Amino acid sequence: MHINIILAGVGGQGILTIAAVIDHAALQSGLTVRQAEVHGMSQRGGAVQSHLRISDKEIFSDLIAEGTANLILSVEPLEALRYLPFLVPDGRIVTATDSFINMEGYPSMKQILEELHHTNHPVLVNAAKLSREAGSIRTSNMVMLGAAAPFIGITSEVLEASITKLFQAKGADIIAMNIRAFRTGQAFSQLQATAK
Amino acid sequence: MTVRAQTYFIGFKENNFSSLETTYFNELTMKQLLLGAEAIALGALDAGISGVYAYPGTPSTEITEYIQKNRGEREQPVRSDWSANEKTAYEAALGMSYAGKRSLVCMKHVGLNVAADAFINSAITGVNGGLVVAVADDPSMHSSQNEQDSRVYGKFAMVPVLEPASQQELYDTARYAFDLSETLKLPVLLRVTTRLAHSRAGVEGTASRLQNPLNAPYAQDRFVLMPHNARRQYNNLVGMQGQLEEHAESSWLNRLIPGTGSTGVLAFGIAFNYVMEVRQTYGLDCPILKIGHYPLPRKKIEAFFNFCDTILVAEEGYPVYEELLRGYFGNNRIKGRLDGTLPRAGELNADSLTLALGLAKPEVIPVPAIMVNRPPELCKGCGHRDLYEALNTVMSSHEQHHVFSDIGCYTLGALAPYNAIHTCVDMGASITMAKGAADAGLRPAVAVIGDSTFTHSGMTGLLDAINDRSPLTVIIADNDTTAMTGGQDSSANGSRLLKICLGLGVDEAHLKTIIPLKSHLAENIAVLRKEIAWDGVSVVIAQRECLETTARKKRNPAVKA
Repeated sequence: MHINIILAGVGGQGILTIAAVIDHAALQSGLTVRQAEVHGMSQRGGAVQSHLRISDKEIFSDLIAEGTANLILSVEPLEALRYLPFLVPDGRIVTATDSFINMEGYPSMKQILEELHHTNHPVLVNAAKLSREAGSIRTSNMVMLGAAAPFIGITSEVLEASITKLFQAKGADIIAMNIRAFRTGQAFSQLQATAK
Repeated sequence: MTVRAQTYFIGFKENNFSSLETTYFNELTMKQLLLGAEAIALGALDAGISGVYAYPGTPSTEITEYIQKNRGEREQPVRSDWSANEKTAYEAALGMSYAGKRSLVCMKHVGLNVAADAFINSAITGVNGGLVVAVADDPSMHSSQNEQDSRVYGKFAMVPVLEPASQQELYDTARYAFDLSETLKLPVLLRVTTRLAHSRAGVEGTASRLQNPLNAPYAQDRFVLMPHNARRQYNNLVGMQGQLEEHAESSWLNRLIPGTGSTGVLAFGIAFNYVMEVRQTYGLDCPILKIGHYPLPRKKIEAFFNFCDTILVAEEGYPVYEELLRGYFGNNRIKGRLDGTLPRAGELNADSLTLALGLAKPEVIPVPAIMVNRPPELCKGCGHRDLYEALNTVMSSHEQHHVFSDIGCYTLGALAPYNAIHTCVDMGASITMAKGAADAGLRPAVAVIGDSTFTHSGMTGLLDAINDRSPLTVIIADNDTTAMTGGQDSSANGSRLLKICLGLGVDEAHLKTIIPLKSHLAENIAVLRKEIAWDGVSVVIAQRECLETTARKKRNPAVKA
């Protein structure tokens, strides 16, 4: 088992929370993990990414080589496209469709969707809407994690246990809300898969 | 083995639930997931340090932060507050070592420029308690103004340099570095680069040991570097180089990965990981000599060169040892950054190593043509935005509207929509460059500097300007924190900054405070206009707390105000 994931977003959107859950779940599953992240200047609203690698063998490089990522998990649609050179040709994009515009020349949503649809069965998630349904817009990261769960190679039970563990200090309500968000994303993803 | 429950903090500015805390290790393997920077910190704590000294700087900040967050669990107290700059940090660490205890000092690569005087001379005096300087280089300049290679400094100071390749190696090396430092009585440089410092992997700890007892021998002959002592000490250091090389010959950080084939790879530091990755992916069997302990192990290198026809030298950073191994007149058996086999600048990765080994990379999907850059920006609602709005209004009425600035979040004022600043060179340079420009006749001469950068190395420049009566206006953007690196405590802010300026000799009539808020815009423009027009030294302090700090205090009231 060997999975390479590019996590993408805009500095401040919280992709490291998603990474933390996957890291924890992988570690609890006895797998090897390497997860490179961006600190510093880009965290101020710039493009940020994290390279997350999970394997049952030794992992050498902290960075994913071009053309070898199995999954791009993005919390912003344009950011999903930024890392396309990393994706294996039949790799999967799971992205939120809620755009975050803080620069000049942001392309139209039509153009972005067109590019996304050139990839292998992209999972396009209205994370803002689904997270509100789950209880709070702040759970949109867990919606996205849920939507990506079928492609991560770790069971939902283990991922949910990790969510519970990581949000432990925040209390039972917050845990329940995040689990709900995770399941909402997961159900959405499965629905998209069966629709095809 | 001691098992500790480590606290795991997620980076700042999450829109999900911030500062998650959890015990974060696998109960079966006892492995904890740590950033490379954190692995150094845990290794140093377990090695029995009595203190860490540092000034924040990406990608080194998390070393000290980890110690600050976890020192409470230690039986013996560990000193860990931030220093004013890297030089004060280094000297304090040397003082702790002088007193017999182990100390760690951490900085980013350019910070070692600031601490260089102390660093080079501490190699001449030598140390008592173990002294390890952890320097985090930033090849590819992800968050820095250059990609200088700290190994050059290590060579310059003639001290051992250790460059581990994994998070586990970083942990193990921290202990090894302290032992080496105490054996040789020399400071040891531990070099890490961004990718390792900011990447997480499972790390297994070993038992922690006690700190050294206080033991401060009188040793004027070593520590008073008057010429008669300095010459002898320097000769000692030169005489020790053979011993340093012997340690490198037998070091666990320098090891051969056997293989067949005529091309061998001499892989330094993290470059080892990329070569191993390529070897695994493409099923290669090239021999690799992994180097992680300097000075170079001459015998190991010689044997490797005798075994291979062609040697690819892969260094993360400058081609420091490639140049040395090629010699002045070149050696066509050697490939690397200097002949274009690897890129001359920027960090390495598995892709560049793949090409360097003559392999074809897989075809990749190109980035769509519609892609646009997303540069970083000042946070919405940040006080720096209001400051730059006021400053731009004032400067637009001057023919010469140069603004000299500095290193911090406010550097983002160089970008659209403000385009407000015209220089950013090194810590503190805003004031001194404005002074020099004023001396040259530039009017007005304006400097923008943050609170933390001002106390780091802006104060002395302001003293120069006062002594020289250079007409300039210094704007101190006091947001109450070292914001760019994630909100560490500043050495001085608020009323203390006013007192420092007065103490340095700023005229009270030209020392003003403004509050950078939308509602104060007209007032702020008036103050800035008047002080910038004045033909003398004036200081305007723009006081408003960083939004991130405010939010963090709200989330965690225990955060030090």
